Amino acid sequence: MAAEQAKVDPMYQFTIQPLGGSEGWELAGYNIAFTNSALWMLITTVVLFVFVLGGMQRQLVPGRWQMMVETFTGFIDNMLEANIGKAGRKYVPYVFSLFMFILFANLLGLLPLGIVGVHPFTFTSHFTVTGVLAIISFAIVLIVGFWKHGLHFFSLFVPHGTPLPMIPVIAPIEFISFMVRPFSLGLRLFVAMMAGHVLLEVLSSFVIDGTNAGVLWGGIVGLPSFLLMVGICALELLVAGIQAYVFALLTSLYINDAENLH
Amino acid sequence: MPQIAQLADTWSSQVFWLLVFFGITFFVIGKGMVPKVMETVAQRDGQIAADLAAAKAARDAADEQEDAWRVRENENRAAAQAIVAKAKDEAAAKSEKKLKAAQTRIDKKLADAEARIGEARTAALAEVESVAVEAAQDIAQRLAGVKVTKPAAAKAVKEAMANG
Repeated sequence: MAAEQAKVDPMYQFTIQPLGGSEGWELAGYNIAFTNSALWMLITTVVLFVFVLGGMQRQLVPGRWQMMVETFTGFIDNMLEANIGKAGRKYVPYVFSLFMFILFANLLGLLPLGIVGVHPFTFTSHFTVTGVLAIISFAIVLIVGFWKHGLHFFSLFVPHGTPLPMIPVIAPIEFISFMVRPFSLGLRLFVAMMAGHVLLEVLSSFVIDGTNAGVLWGGIVGLPSFLLMVGICALELLVAGIQAYVFALLTSLYINDAENLH
Repeated sequence: MPQIAQLADTWSSQVFWLLVFFGITFFVIGKGMVPKVMETVAQRDGQIAADLAAAKAARDAADEQEDAWRVRENENRAAAQAIVAKAKDEAAAKSEKKLKAAQTRIDKKLADAEARIGEARTAALAEVESVAVEAAQDIAQRLAGVKVTKPAAAKAVKEAMANG
């Protein structure tokens, strides 16, 4: 089977390419090329805008679309109220934007547009992106925490009821676990999205290579891999939702720490 | 891994465009549109709550009216029964009075009749006596040829009748 090596590089899908000769764009010395990643951010924003716009008919008896949008806002609203309480209401715009932006990015990145020659790009599989989102969430926690509680916010590192001699030991541990939050937040989403896409790509290379190797290998390797891919695609849709949910949930939990200290 | 291999070249573009588009998402969608959607939901919830409250109030009012009607109905029934009882009493009293009057009349008639009968009897007795006296005088004259005076005959007849 030396005829031709099927060139399936599982990592190639994450490559960032400047579009339309924009690689030279700069802002204050920093490169701001409009890349395929930026394009999919734009698409995500537009699709999300259209989605929410469809839910703004403001009818007393909602249609299906309006019902769907209201379900999402209600979902975020309930989550914030359950985790933070009445004060959680004012974070609905941020957490809703965060959740929907990540959810739509994840789902749009899974669209099988390769069939028509367009390659979807999942920008949530880049830690530069998830990291920035995590830092924004973390910054909100810090700002709200210090704004509301001042220096008293540092008592977050001393859990309620800690015996006095234990404070020097507990406080650094709490501090470290607090500082790890933005990393775990950003990395979790990035790793989950990347792993799923790599897995799909690897399996698809099995399908292609196995089928190219003839009926025997196609039957032993290609077909099972294809069936597995179908299952994993469903799993990836689930993961897309779960990861967006986890990101929003953890953000709301962290905001809760800042809003209701202990 | 392009995420790391391209990091130096692309991080600024990634961060910039993410801030741009997530910023648009947050300010336009999150800040601008989501509150309106939630406002609609709140409006609907308020409307539903208000409708439910109105329905409850209407039901309570209906219950109240029914209770009032029941009370009135009971009062009316009691009043009707009182009227019926009164009419019955009146009728009974009237018929009793009538009966009493009739009884009095009958008693009076009876007494009159008895008096008349008594008179007639006395008269008849007197007649029988006088006839007896005359008969006794007559008999005594014819049989014994004795002329008995009327008072003597009357005395004898009285004695005999008293004994007989």
